[in-house]
Amino acid sequence: MAPKKGFDPVKALEEIEKKFEMYQILNEKGEVVNEDDMPDLSDDELVELMRRMVWTRVLDQRSISLSRQGRLGFYAPTAGQEASQLASQYALEKEDYIVPGYRDVPQLIWQGLPLTQAFLFSRGHFKGNQFPEGVNALSPQIIIGASFVQTAGIALGIKKRDKKAVAITYTGDGGSSQGDFYEGINFASAYLAPAIFVIQNNQYAISTPRDLQTNAKTLAQKAVAVGIPGVYVDGMDPLAVYKVTKDARDRAVAGEGPTLIETLCYRYGAHTMAGDDPTRYRTSDEDSDWEKKDPLVRFRKFLEEKDLWNEDKENEVMEQAKEDVKKAIKEADGTDKQTVTQLMENMYEDMPQNLQEQYEVYKEKESK
Amino acid sequence: MAEKTMIQAITEAMATELKNDENVLVFGEDVGVNGGVFRATEGLQKEFGEARVFDTPLAESGLVSMGLGLTLEDYRPVIEIQFFGFLFEAMDGVAGQIARHRFRSGNSKPMPLVIRAPFGGGVHTPEMHADSLEGLMAQTPGLKVVIPSNPEDAKGLLIEAIRSNDPVIFLEHMKLYRSFREEVPEEDYTVEIGKAKVKREGTDVTLIAYGAMVQESIKAAEALEEDGISAEVIDLRTVSPVDYDTLVESIEKTNRAVVVQEAQRQAGIAANVAAELSERVILSLEAPIKRVTAPDTVYPFTQAEEIWLPNKDDIIEKAKEVYNF
Repeated sequence: MAPKKGFDPVKALEEIEKKFEMYQILNEKGEVVNEDDMPDLSDDELVELMRRMVWTRVLDQRSISLSRQGRLGFYAPTAGQEASQLASQYALEKEDYIVPGYRDVPQLIWQGLPLTQAFLFSRGHFKGNQFPEGVNALSPQIIIGASFVQTAGIALGIKKRDKKAVAITYTGDGGSSQGDFYEGINFASAYLAPAIFVIQNNQYAISTPRDLQTNAKTLAQKAVAVGIPGVYVDGMDPLAVYKVTKDARDRAVAGEGPTLIETLCYRYGAHTMAGDDPTRYRTSDEDSDWEKKDPLVRFRKFLEEKDLWNEDKENEVMEQAKEDVKKAIKEADGTDKQTVTQLMENMYEDMPQNLQEQYEVYKEKESK
Repeated sequence: MAEKTMIQAITEAMATELKNDENVLVFGEDVGVNGGVFRATEGLQKEFGEARVFDTPLAESGLVSMGLGLTLEDYRPVIEIQFFGFLFEAMDGVAGQIARHRFRSGNSKPMPLVIRAPFGGGVHTPEMHADSLEGLMAQTPGLKVVIPSNPEDAKGLLIEAIRSNDPVIFLEHMKLYRSFREEVPEEDYTVEIGKAKVKREGTDVTLIAYGAMVQESIKAAEALEEDGISAEVIDLRTVSPVDYDTLVESIEKTNRAVVVQEAQRQAGIAANVAAELSERVILSLEAPIKRVTAPDTVYPFTQAEEIWLPNKDDIIEKAKEVYNF
């Protein structure tokens, strides 16, 4: 029991946790609940953000379907996370560096990765990871937590080069239990590096509910452990996600160090298309509760109220998305198959003796 | 030319490259103002500034992976892991990330990074300081693994490693840091990675060694000479990739080989070297290729090092077995 007078550690914890209230701008009905914090976005920009969210919802539906047909490989569904993924990316500039997790392909696409390459990544072809010049990003990271420590290094590099840019990375709620998660935010903190760390808390790490990861009330409060600001934001609210990311970017670029952002969101689909069945660990009631919070629904209402959006526009975007997917899959189909000699060529700049010997063997095989 | 210890040669290599290339960064735990726990980075922060030579928080995964991040801004990190036994904390960063980085980007992103770390027995270090873990690194595609045995090689190999656009693990044997001095050229020079060196010529048996076992093999060769056995000693210098051309050439002359390592028999690289050689020179062999290694236990408690670590007597014994086969 805590002593009657003096320091009360339980109270101290409760007081810290109270500081991490959920930040929201648009409620479920599309009403602005926080007028003072409305981000500075023009009508055209608001429409563009909606366009991206709708396009990406279609991409998710098509990707799931293509994956079932065997025309895509590894795929981690994104429906439900459009605000969290796309509104955060929308706050970035071209020179910013994205270090995505395996579910964060949409951010790469909107940062400039051609859709054909995103599909090649899914299928398992090295050309999917040969990012075009000027697309500052790494390919999706499979080892959960690794992107956090790498991001600290990229951000330190950006700082040393005196660039007005940031490095941003994403993980999930489960990922916040990793050692590299802590090391990453702590290194960026120690060097006051311009990094933005995003936890997309979609409530489940495969089948493990978020509450089993930690007794901490929020994941954003983990920022306290390293002495950086943490924000707990409604991850189904595009305006709130945009605003907190933009603020974090401004702080970082001004030399004030990193921010940890927790976006509270939900994935409607399975963990991945590799046989995960969410009905084993989630109820349909839970699914429908979260469908009411759909970022597209509330943003659509918000824009329709302003007369910036309508059904025709939405259909147009959906048709465009389907066309884009069709074209990209065709291009992916037309990509040359990989050879072992190519894989060998990609290993080193200066090929070691063992590989040189094996290279000759495979070159001979491939010439037949 | 001046007489230098291996650690001085290593410091000189880093100073040379810090001077030659402004993208070179040196960092790790206590490498800055302290100059490193072995003085490997002594004076470097003072000469090149805190922006170039700096300390990190105490977290091997974080500091190694930070190096990967820095290469994306065109830096060339020279990272120190304080003792290589602490590698396990950074195993994903090294083997899961750095080693694969160029490959996974489809050859679009280079990895000009060096990880330096002390290792090796015989100096009574506490647990997890002296373990020979080069075998883990040698089994990881994408890395090159360099282990110098003397000051002259150490400087040339480290400069070469820092200039390489492929990741290099540079392992420094603690017992060799200050055990002897040698002439080291003042100027820049490089020693090619992946090239072995014949340290002592002989005609009856080839002793293949690296790290602290090179000196032991030379001592063994001197003793064998007195018994009328002429041993050729080869220092691998790079344990991945191994320079098989030099080994084959020697064995075709001596027809017998012993591979010598400080690591346990199930670890290190000797098994792989023996397997490769058996494919390449079987018709030249008068005897099986044998190995001198430590026993397959955990690295010993300090007071048991002397009875556990392989030494010149073990090498003499194996060389005679092979010679008299």
